[in-house]
Amino acid sequence: MTRVAPSTALRADDLSFRVEAKSLLERVNLHADRGQMVGLIGPNGAGKSTFLRAMAGVLRVHEGVVWLEGEDLAALPAKEVAARLALVPQLAPYTHGFTVRELVLMGRYPHLGRFEIEGSADDRIARDAMRLTETEEFEARTLDTLSGGERQRVFVSRALAQQPRVLLLDEPTANLDVLHKLRVLDLVRRLVDEGLTAVAAIHDLGMAARYCDRLILLSAGRVLAEGAPEEVLVPEIIESAFGVESAVYRDPATGSLAVSVIGPSAGNGVPPPAARVNGWSDHEDREADVVAPGAKAVRP
Amino acid sequence: MLGTARLTSLRDFRQAGISRRLAVGGAVLTVLALAAALVSLSLGPVDIPVAHVASIVLSAVRIELADVGRTEQLVIEQIRLPRILVGAVVGMGLAVAGATMQGLFRNPMADPGIIGVSAGGALGAVIAIATGATGLFFLALPTFAFVGALAATFLVYGIAAVGGHFSMATLLLAGIAVNAFLGAIVSTIIIVLPDNEALREILFWLAGGLDSRAWEHVQISAPLILAATAVILLAARDLNLLMLGDDEARAMGVRVGLTRAVLLAASALATGAAVAVSGTIAFVGLVTPHILRLVLGPDHRVLIPLSAIAGAVFVIVADTVARTVVQPAEFRVGVLTAFVGAPFFVLLLIRNKRRAQAL
Ligand SMILES: Nc1ncnc2c1ncn2[C@@H]1O[C@H](COP(=O)(O)OP(=O)(O)O)[C@@H](O)[C@H]1O
Ligand SMILES: [Mg+2]
Repeated sequence: MTRVAPSTALRADDLSFRVEAKSLLERVNLHADRGQMVGLIGPNGAGKSTFLRAMAGVLRVHEGVVWLEGEDLAALPAKEVAARLALVPQLAPYTHGFTVRELVLMGRYPHLGRFEIEGSADDRIARDAMRLTETEEFEARTLDTLSGGERQRVFVSRALAQQPRVLLLDEPTANLDVLHKLRVLDLVRRLVDEGLTAVAAIHDLGMAARYCDRLILLSAGRVLAEGAPEEVLVPEIIESAFGVESAVYRDPATGSLAVSVIGPSAGNGVPPPAARVNGWSDHEDREADVVAPGAKAVRP
Repeated sequence: MLGTARLTSLRDFRQAGISRRLAVGGAVLTVLALAAALVSLSLGPVDIPVAHVASIVLSAVRIELADVGRTEQLVIEQIRLPRILVGAVVGMGLAVAGATMQGLFRNPMADPGIIGVSAGGALGAVIAIATGATGLFFLALPTFAFVGALAATFLVYGIAAVGGHFSMATLLLAGIAVNAFLGAIVSTIIIVLPDNEALREILFWLAGGLDSRAWEHVQISAPLILAATAVILLAARDLNLLMLGDDEARAMGVRVGLTRAVLLAASALATGAAVAVSGTIAFVGLVTPHILRLVLGPDHRVLIPLSAIAGAVFVIVADTVARTVVQPAEFRVGVLTAFVGAPFFVLLLIRNKRRAQAL
């Protein structure tokens, strides 16, 4: 049996997952020390969500082991896992008329016994979580009255109310405006500096470089590159993963790496006019995917 | 604390904590249930003053209020009280099972009969009547109905779990198929049945009713329905999380497969027990949780216990109206709940749609 160092909060060993003949994850590895933030990057369909769901125990992999604080995740009771690890899903689920406060309080579920109801301590934890993501003002509203970005922040709140030691975030900033994007990532980074461990799928390469200690680049279910942002965000690697030509430079304003997408790389050019549905919009979508994802629809 | 908190509108009430919603809602509904039961006990071919009713009921705990006649005492104790109690537990079982099914299917239109329970119960009862098995022993009819209800549920569940991978969508479709199939068998039996008396009995049973229910019916249905309600109540918070999706629930620490199987079994048991003693009483399981959800929100820790009491009130009131409006004839309670429940439900839908558009 592999011994996992106590400082390793989360480790994934050679995870493989297939659907029918298609391999969605192919021997994917990750390790995240306590107080580290690891970014998952990669094109649409690379397997980022699948990987996160596997590490949350939502999806049972066919091969490989996930170690949560040195213990085999598959052998831990689901409630015990949820008390230590929280997942912010990519798509907010339909919430059937629950209010924001009720949803955030659900985060206390793994900490409560079957005969317990949430007490004032839980109320306080939920309130703090809402305050941190600035969702307090919506607390009495149902989720269907919120915008996509507001909903996303509610689910971040719920994960915080879970008081996890490991936080998995699946594109937590995809629907957020620039200010809230910074606020949510600043918040996660601050919690990481206080000892939380985070793994986040982030589409915006610049943001990923700026907030994460290490990046893992997934492509077609495999790890294409792994390391410090400087090691992963290299034009050749970006080109092989995303099929775009780019320039990587240190942004003088922020001091962190920035990626400028110049255009589709040769052989991956704009399709001929006949194949283009909306003229130039196809090209723009591709670019938006790499640099800054546009607002994605969240299920009502 | 209660005094200082303002209760300005239902909207504020929706925002109150669960303990408060439970306490206030529970108190209001319990008073309604007691009042409905008292009025129902006093009405009938022999009108008995409410004071006498109270006196007879309290005499059970050795409190003598007024002198009441022996007949009145017998009518209350042997006819009306068991009937009302059967009505109360049936309403409770149907409403709780309805709320649970709606949560499991994540759909407010789910009915407790959705997984074949009612159709199975109907077939069991029809077989018992058609074969003359009802004469074998006193509770033969409810026994056959109960066995039929559970057998149909197992069949539907088995289909949805084929191949080791359980699917709620398959459960729903299998339920529809089994309902249709069992309904066809019932129709066939009715058509080929030579015996007119048995036919009348079948139609009577299918329409759902509480006439001549005795203490034995209370004894067989109440323990099952109360136990099922208790089990569902213990899993109410898990059901809240299940409503958000299997993955969501799993990520929050819910044992999805086990919880769902337990909840389905408990609802099938409650529905089966209700169907066994009362036939198919329509709309209680659909309308009751729906109305409560509008006022109290979707939290099953509030919804389940209050649906239990509200379902009891619904059936007691419906049965009282059914057996008093067209005296000396009797209206079937199952027919009445559909007559009243369906238009009321449509009204609610329209009102809700208007409000949603106004927002
Ligand atoms: N149940 C499934 N059946 C078939 N393919 C699937 C299934 N779930 C996911 N996929 C595929 O797996 C790939 C990885 O998906 P996902 O992990 O969501 O990617 P990402 O989050 O990186 O965009 C995608 O190509 C997706 O279409
Ligand atoms: Mg994804």
